[in-house]
Amino acid sequence: MSGAAAGGMARSAPLMGRDTEPTIFELSEPGRRCWQLRTTGVPAWSAEELVPAEHRRTRPVPLAEVSERDLVGHMTRLSHRQFSVDLGAYPLGSCTMKYNPKVCDEVASLPGLADVHPAAPASMTQGWLALLVELEEALCAVTGMAGATFQPAAGAAGELTGLLVMRAYHGANGEERRRVVIPDSAHGTNPASVSLGGYEVTTVPSDDRGCVDMAALRAVLDRDVAGIMLTNPNTLGLFEEGIEEIAGCVHDVGGLLYYDGANLNAILGVVRPGDMGFDIVHLNLHKTFATPHGGGGPGAGPVAVSSQLVDFLPGPRPVRRADGQGYEWLWPARSIGRVHSWHGNALVLARALAYIRVHGADGLLRVAERAVLNANWLRTRLSGTFDVPFDRPCMHEVVLAAATLRRKYGVRALDVAKRLLEEGFHAPTVYFPLVVDEALMIEPTETESLQTLEALAGAFERIAAEASREGGAAAAHAAPRTTPVGRLDEARAARHLVATFDARPSSA
Amino acid sequence: MADYLPHTSEEIATMLAFLGLDDLDDLFSSVPAALRLAGGLDLAPGEPEPDVFAHVAELARANAARELVCFAGAGAYDHEVPPVVRALAGRSEFVTAYTPYQPEVAQGVLQAVFEYQTMVARLAGLPVANASLYDGAGALVEAVNLGVGATGRQRVWVSAGIHPHWRRCLATFSEGSGHDLRMVPLEEGRTVWPDDTAAGDVPGVVVVGYPNYLGCIEDVAAARRVADAHGALLVVAADPVAAGLLRSAGEWGADVVVGEGQVFGTSLSFGGPYLGLFCCTLEQVRRLPGRLVGETVDVEGRRAYVTTLRAREQDIRREKATSNVCTNQTLMAVTAAVQLGWLGTSGLAEVALRCARGTRYLRESLGGLDGVVPLTGDVPVVRELALRTAVPARTVVERVATEGFLAGVALADLAGEEGDGSIGPDDAVHGLLVSVTERRTRAEIDGYVAALDKAVRS
Repeated sequence: MSGAAAGGMARSAPLMGRDTEPTIFELSEPGRRCWQLRTTGVPAWSAEELVPAEHRRTRPVPLAEVSERDLVGHMTRLSHRQFSVDLGAYPLGSCTMKYNPKVCDEVASLPGLADVHPAAPASMTQGWLALLVELEEALCAVTGMAGATFQPAAGAAGELTGLLVMRAYHGANGEERRRVVIPDSAHGTNPASVSLGGYEVTTVPSDDRGCVDMAALRAVLDRDVAGIMLTNPNTLGLFEEGIEEIAGCVHDVGGLLYYDGANLNAILGVVRPGDMGFDIVHLNLHKTFATPHGGGGPGAGPVAVSSQLVDFLPGPRPVRRADGQGYEWLWPARSIGRVHSWHGNALVLARALAYIRVHGADGLLRVAERAVLNANWLRTRLSGTFDVPFDRPCMHEVVLAAATLRRKYGVRALDVAKRLLEEGFHAPTVYFPLVVDEALMIEPTETESLQTLEALAGAFERIAAEASREGGAAAAHAAPRTTPVGRLDEARAARHLVATFDARPSSA
Repeated sequence: MADYLPHTSEEIATMLAFLGLDDLDDLFSSVPAALRLAGGLDLAPGEPEPDVFAHVAELARANAARELVCFAGAGAYDHEVPPVVRALAGRSEFVTAYTPYQPEVAQGVLQAVFEYQTMVARLAGLPVANASLYDGAGALVEAVNLGVGATGRQRVWVSAGIHPHWRRCLATFSEGSGHDLRMVPLEEGRTVWPDDTAAGDVPGVVVVGYPNYLGCIEDVAAARRVADAHGALLVVAADPVAAGLLRSAGEWGADVVVGEGQVFGTSLSFGGPYLGLFCCTLEQVRRLPGRLVGETVDVEGRRAYVTTLRAREQDIRREKATSNVCTNQTLMAVTAAVQLGWLGTSGLAEVALRCARGTRYLRESLGGLDGVVPLTGDVPVVRELALRTAVPARTVVERVATEGFLAGVALADLAGEEGDGSIGPDDAVHGLLVSVTERRTRAEIDGYVAALDKAVRS
């Protein structure tokens, strides 16, 4: 089941067996240690001499006490209980889990980047400012925008930043608009960000082709609408064919178009959000530009805007000096303010720049082409196996459904996902988008080979075929059985919250 | 042309034939022709990896700051990061995974985050820590949102001792959330809370730093009394390294503790990615922002971990969610767990103690200098010290750099040249914030003091 096969197939079950790894607190032996600190020669005043008694801690913070060898063993064993892109295909829809080139990590670990203090003056950080300005220009080229901020640390932070820019723009025009329109297929971060941005959400339904229902959109548009947030291709993996018309009618009421860049991978070098009519774009550098996802971050969510909005961006921004002598920080004239402690997730930005330079204009187009090719190959191959809610060519991801499997055999999307883990692949995104019943959202990405796609498709087909057999449903419900742990009691985790080692019942 | 795409031309032809398409361009037939980008992206062609590496390495060499011995802090600190932490946190299983949506194959990240939550909660003296937020400022914004949600009052009293960048972020996001911020000024480096309140000024949230951004140890008990007097929640922005030496914020009665976790294993990184620490009481756990890992069992009764209380989160509650956070800073949380594992009980205490010793040594060494005095009098500090220099602090920083030291952070760069409630205009221009970590040797401190002396004389 595990390991790569001929033809360059990315497939693997986690390496380790089923032994539970104790927590580091259970590995702890009082008196053991691994820390070593510099010899400084600084006088050894005592804590009593340094901190007034009323503020002084009476007992040290209890942490684990382990040897370096214990620490390495523990973390290495934990790593063997973890699936990752480097281990095998990770077709998690909407997350763009492509292979992350190692050169990007190496670039980010250059001491001249990694060991620079964020408050060091611009005169001493010219390399960093040059890097940021170069990346800004590249992202503007990709999106068709005029300027960008790097402060948002992730996509959702970018959304809220973009909405605050939208609010400041309308405010500068003396308008207080109250609503933002979102399609029913949108990511959950969109409505959450809209609320935090001080707006009300107006939802518009999808039509029977999976795109924004134009009649419904027109019905909700008026001068109270600040803007619309769209993902294009949308979360069904479909290109919003009516985007020009959407842009026209939103702009007609004075609203702005916000582009959620979660799916930008599909259109690199093919079409730019700016040319579609978008005014504000956030990019998920951890998706499109292959910076590693880190088990749930760090990402980076830069926001690029059209020329009329550049003055509202967060500050300070890195810019070329007017005298041509290098770079400096500048506050935009009508800036919304800061949205990050410093300059954003800088080392993630350095990785993205390296990725863009390696690919260049030609390579980024190939990325989009192969991503869409792979997704359509899977769609076509699996269209007889699962339901195809919207049977038309997709972009970088395809949304299939297990509704029929569920109705006929009681095998749900969740069961399909768990069975796939046994097959040595990560599962697709399930139960999203919400508009599709029993959704399986599959994004193979461009870095998976035809051999991997064939193996993945084979696994899906085997899972569906088994479901129809005697005992098949029971087997699906019992999955996964080859992973470090089996299905979890998630209800118990919520009902009896144990979020730290100290909250464990002593008997457990 | 090198890239990371595995497809051979033959395979592409086979796949297109399978789809009934003639060429790759046909894949984009749903994109209106009028919108298609003619002539391709306005970017250079792709370059081989070694060329790209050489280019970025050249940019890195242009960062003179890297060569300087670091006496700058202000929320970003030069602490020891041992090889073992870099090696473990850099394992590709942690680096190239994503949010643990499938817990059966994500026990590695989940357990590491569970251990991280335990360590951070112990540091803060509160029972719950989340799986991380973007950075210290982001954690503070979320804490204020939680407090406002819990009390139903949008009036927020924010000590001017909170890092100016964090306050600025609070102000930015308050434009959307509608929070009504009142900055409470410092005197001699510590917050002076108002005695009486006008109607409409009753705070739902009180925010204080511990120590504050000028390094001063605040009277958190006084802040707690102010919060109690108004039925407000108390949010403490605590320095997690100083916590190795100070009573925990939880012990002082904080409802929410936030902090910047960069200090645990993450390099200075020009400001990111960093790590937002977030802890709260059990009473507030259902308002907790971001992910939370909990322990449970699998079908065979084995101990296992899973993200829990998911009903709070944006993908389920959508516009009613308490926070929009999805991707957070998990890798930095895993890194912090490894660093705290490396430090252990004695190491964290030792690092805090050494920081305080270095800071004391610097303060005493400055005693004989004419042009440099502490800005905050005799208020006790742990690892950060605000100075007033005879020449403007930005000039001092430029001059001291020629001697090989990053002198600190000019307060004008943080609080603005006009100052704010934390310092006045004159102190803003002449204020220099200096930090001494456990990495600074006596020889470095002596050299730095000599450079400072020279810089303020001319």
